[in-house]
Amino acid sequence: MLYREAGDFKTSYEADSQTFPIRFDRIGFWVIMAIAFGVIPFMINDYWANAIFVPFLIYAIAAIGLNILTGYCGQVSLGTGGFMAVGAYACYKLMTSFPDVSIIIHVILAGGITAVVGAAFGLPSLRIKGFYLAVATLAAQFFLIWLFNKVPWFYNYSASGQISAPERFVGGFAVTGANTAAPAKYLICLVFLTVCALIARNLTRGTIGRSWMAIRDMDIAAEIIGVNPLKAKLTAFAVSSFFIGIAGALFFAVYLGAVEVGEAFGIQKSFLVLFMVIIGGLGSIFGSFAGAAFLVLLPVALKVIGVDLLGWPTDLVAHLQLVIVGALIMFFLIKEPHGLAQLWRLTKEKLRLWPFPY
Amino acid sequence: MLDSVEPYVTADGRTIGGVLMDMRGITLRFGGVEAIKNISFDIREGEIRAIIGPNGAGKSSMLNVISGFYHPQEGEVWFRGEKRAAMKPYQVARLGIARTFQNIALFEGMTVLDNIMTGRLTHMKTGMLSQALWYGRAQAEEVANREVVERIIDFLEIQAIRKTPVGRLPYGLKKRVELARALAAEPKLLLLDEPMAGMNVEEKEDMSRFILDVNDEFGTTIALIEHDMGVVMDISDRVVVMDYGRKIGDGTPDEVRGNQEVIDAYLGVAHD
Amino acid sequence: MSADFLYGIEVVINGMMAGVLYALVALGFVLIFKASGIFNFAQGVMALFAALTLVGIMEGQVPFSHLINAVFGTNIHNFGWEVPALLAILLTLVVMIVFAWAVQQFVFRHLVGQAPIILFMATIGLAYFLEGVGDLMWGSDIKTLALGLPQGGSIWVEDLTSGFGGADFYGFFIDKLDMVATVVAAVLVICLIIFAQYTKQGRAMRAVADDHQAALSVGISLNFIWVLVWSLAGLVALVAGIMWGAKSGVQFSLSLIALKALPVLMLGGFTSIPGAIVGGLIIGVGEKLFEYTIGAPFLGGATENWFAYMLALIFLVFRPQGLFGEKIIERV
Repeated sequence: MLYREAGDFKTSYEADSQTFPIRFDRIGFWVIMAIAFGVIPFMINDYWANAIFVPFLIYAIAAIGLNILTGYCGQVSLGTGGFMAVGAYACYKLMTSFPDVSIIIHVILAGGITAVVGAAFGLPSLRIKGFYLAVATLAAQFFLIWLFNKVPWFYNYSASGQISAPERFVGGFAVTGANTAAPAKYLICLVFLTVCALIARNLTRGTIGRSWMAIRDMDIAAEIIGVNPLKAKLTAFAVSSFFIGIAGALFFAVYLGAVEVGEAFGIQKSFLVLFMVIIGGLGSIFGSFAGAAFLVLLPVALKVIGVDLLGWPTDLVAHLQLVIVGALIMFFLIKEPHGLAQLWRLTKEKLRLWPFPY
Repeated sequence: MLDSVEPYVTADGRTIGGVLMDMRGITLRFGGVEAIKNISFDIREGEIRAIIGPNGAGKSSMLNVISGFYHPQEGEVWFRGEKRAAMKPYQVARLGIARTFQNIALFEGMTVLDNIMTGRLTHMKTGMLSQALWYGRAQAEEVANREVVERIIDFLEIQAIRKTPVGRLPYGLKKRVELARALAAEPKLLLLDEPMAGMNVEEKEDMSRFILDVNDEFGTTIALIEHDMGVVMDISDRVVVMDYGRKIGDGTPDEVRGNQEVIDAYLGVAHD
Repeated sequence: MSADFLYGIEVVINGMMAGVLYALVALGFVLIFKASGIFNFAQGVMALFAALTLVGIMEGQVPFSHLINAVFGTNIHNFGWEVPALLAILLTLVVMIVFAWAVQQFVFRHLVGQAPIILFMATIGLAYFLEGVGDLMWGSDIKTLALGLPQGGSIWVEDLTSGFGGADFYGFFIDKLDMVATVVAAVLVICLIIFAQYTKQGRAMRAVADDHQAALSVGISLNFIWVLVWSLAGLVALVAGIMWGAKSGVQFSLSLIALKALPVLMLGGFTSIPGAIVGGLIIGVGEKLFEYTIGAPFLGGATENWFAYMLALIFLVFRPQGLFGEKIIERV
C-alpha cells in the first residue's frame, strides 16, 4: 500500500485539475526533478550525454510535439523529420545572421518559424482527413528536405552543403560547438524539455486541449458543439511544429553540431518519432517521455548486448533492431493502443490496492 | 390562439413567449433528391416543439439545417428576429443552439467531465498564451466554468461517473451525458435528435423527466425528434409532422392526432 | 518539328512507362484497401522483400546465414546451387503467400474493427519488420537481379523515329526494360480485373469490400479473402520488385520508390482500379515533364522527390474524394 490515493481529498476545483492529483505522484515528480537538475549534471560524462541523455531529452520534445498533433488532435503526420529540419535550418540562419543574440532566443524563434511552416502545411487538413492527410504530410517531408538540399542560401553556400553550429555561450558556458561540456549540453536540453512539457501539459488540460481531443474523437460533433475546426487543427499543427522545431534546432545545434539534411532529418526520423509516440502512448505527455526513452535506449541496449557482449557484426544488430521495433509497434497496437503510458496507469491501479486483489 | 405571437401561459404554468426560431420555405436537396420540400414552421420561446414523422421523412435533415450542418438551397432561417446568414456549425453553436445526436456522438476518448466541459467551449475566452501559462486567467476561467458544469452534473445525477472515460459507459448513461454536454452550453434552443431511442421504459421516463425539468427550470426552448408517440404527445406543446420531406401537420398534440392526413401517413399505419 | 518538342514527347513516353509501374504498385494498395480497409504502407517494402527473396533463391543463398553464422560461429553462405529463374519466381510467390498468411494470422486478425488510422500505423510497423527480416535473411548489400530481361535503349525505336526531327534529333530513347515492364504490368492489371470481375473468389472479394457483415452472413470466409488479397498484393509486389530491381538493383531505395504509389492513390481514390491506373500515368508523366520543363532548368533538379506528393496535395484540397471517388456526403 505504498502507492495510494485514499484520504487524498480535494476541496477545490483548482486542486482537482492539477497535474499530479495524487500526493505520491507529486513527491515523485519533485524527486525526479531534483535528480535531473541536481545530481545528473555532476555525474554525466560525454558517453552518457551523447549516447543517452541528450538524444532522449531532444526526442522527448519532438515526441511531445507529435503527440499533440497525432495523439491529442488525431492528425497523423509523417512530416516530423521535415519540420525538425526547418527548426535546424532556421536556428542555423539565425545563429549566423545575428551572432550577438542569445542562442536561447534563436532556438525559441526557430520553433516559432517551424510553427508557421507547420501551420501552412496543416491547412489541407481542413479538407483532407485520415491517412489521406498522413500521405499529404509526406509532401512536407520530401519538399522541405529537397529545399534545404537545393537552395544554397539555407546552408550559407558552404562547399559541403552541410550546416555546422558555431560556438555559442549561455552564462559563460559553451552550449554549442566543439568544446561543449557534457553537463552544458544536458542542462540546456533539460531546461527546454521541462518548459515544453509544462506548456504542453497546460494546453492539453484546458480549453484548447479539449477542442483538440473533440476533433480527434468526432470532428463533426465537435464542430456542431462549437469547436472551430480551422482553429483547432491549425493551432495543433502550429503548437506541435513549435515543439518539433525546437527539437530540430537542439538536435542540430547542441547534439550533432553539423548536419547533412537528408541524413539527419530524412523520412526515417519521421517514423522514429511516430514510433516513440505510438509505443509511449497516444494522447499522453508522460507517454512521450516513455516512448522517447524506450527507443533511445533500445539501440544502445542492443548494441551493448549484441556487439559488445556477443561480438555480432553491427549491421546484423541494426537489422535485428528493425525487426524488434517493427514487431513492437504491431504488438503495442494490438495489445495496448495506449502504449507504455497505459501500462504504467494499470500498474498504478494495481499498486493502489496491493497487496490485496480487490 | 397558438398562431398569435402574444405570450401565453400553459396549463402547467409555463410562459410561452414570442417566436424564437422561424423556418421559412426551407428546401434541401442532395443531388436530385429533395430531402425537405418547402417547409415552414416556427419554434416559440420556452416551448417544447416536437418533429415527428416516419423514417426517411427528413426530420434529422431538418435538425441539421437548424444546427447549420446542412445548408438549404431555398428558404430562410430566422433566429431571434434576425435572418441568419449562411453559417458554419460552430458559429451556429455560438448563437446559443446546442444539440444531441441520434447515434450518440460523444468524445469517446475523454472523461465525462471533459466531455461536458467541451460543451462550455462557447463560453471560454482565454487565449492560447494564458492557457499555456495556466496560472491566472486560464485557471480562473476553468474553475468558474467547472462550477457551472458541476451544477449540471448534479442536475442530471451523474456525479459518480464524472471521471469515467465515456467509452466505458452503458448506452442510457451516454445519452444522459450527451444531454449534459448540450446543456453545458446554456443554449437558448436545445435540439434533441431521438433522445429516447433504444431506451427501456424506465430510462424513457427518466429522460422525459429531465427534458421537462430542463424546460421548466432553465426555461430552455426545446425542439425534439422522437418516435415514441406516447412520449411526444405527453411532453410537447406543439408538433410538426413530416412525411417524404413535406409538412403534413402542425399544431397541438390533440390537433395533430385528429388530422386525417397525419393518421393516414403515419399514425394510422403505425397502429393498425 | 523542333527537337525540344520531340524530346518533350520522349519525356512523356518515358513518364508513362514509369507511371505504369507506379500504377502497378498502387494496384497492390487498392486490392488490400478495398477488401479490408487497410491502407498498406508496407507495399513498397513487400516489393523489396520479394525482389530480395527472388535474388536469394536464384543464387542459392542460405536464408539468415549472417544470423546463423553470428550465433553458431559457422561460416555458411551458399547452398552451392543455382535455381532457374522461373522456378525461383514460383518459390518466391510461395514465400509471399506464406507471408500473406502470417500477416493475417498474427497481426490483422487481432486488429479487426480498429480505426483505419491504427491499421495504417500497424502497416508502418510491418514495413519496418519486413525490412529487417529481409535484411536478416538475405543481407543488405545491393544485389543485381539477372533475369535475362532486355536492357538498354531500343535501337529499333531510335532508328524508326529519328526521321521525325532535324539533324539534331536522334530518335526517341526508350529503355527496352521499360517496354517489357509496361507490357507485363498491363497484362497483370488486365488479369487482376478479370479475376475480380468474373471468378467466384473475385466476386467474394468484392462482396467483402462492400460489406464485411453481409459477406460473412452469406458464408464467405473473411479470413480466406484477406489472405487471398494479401497474396495478390504479394504477387503485385513481386512483379514490381522484379521490374524495379532489374532496372536499378535490389536495394533499400526500392521501397522508397514504391512510396510514389501513395500520391497515385490520392489522385485516383483508394478504391478505384481505373483510378490507380490513370493516377499512375498522371504522376509518371507529370513528374518527368515538370522536371524536364521547370525542375532541371530552374529549380536545381531532383524535383521528382516531391512533385508527386505536392501535386496530390494540391489536387486533394480541391477534390478530397480523388478523381473517381464519389462526393462524400457527411452525416451525423
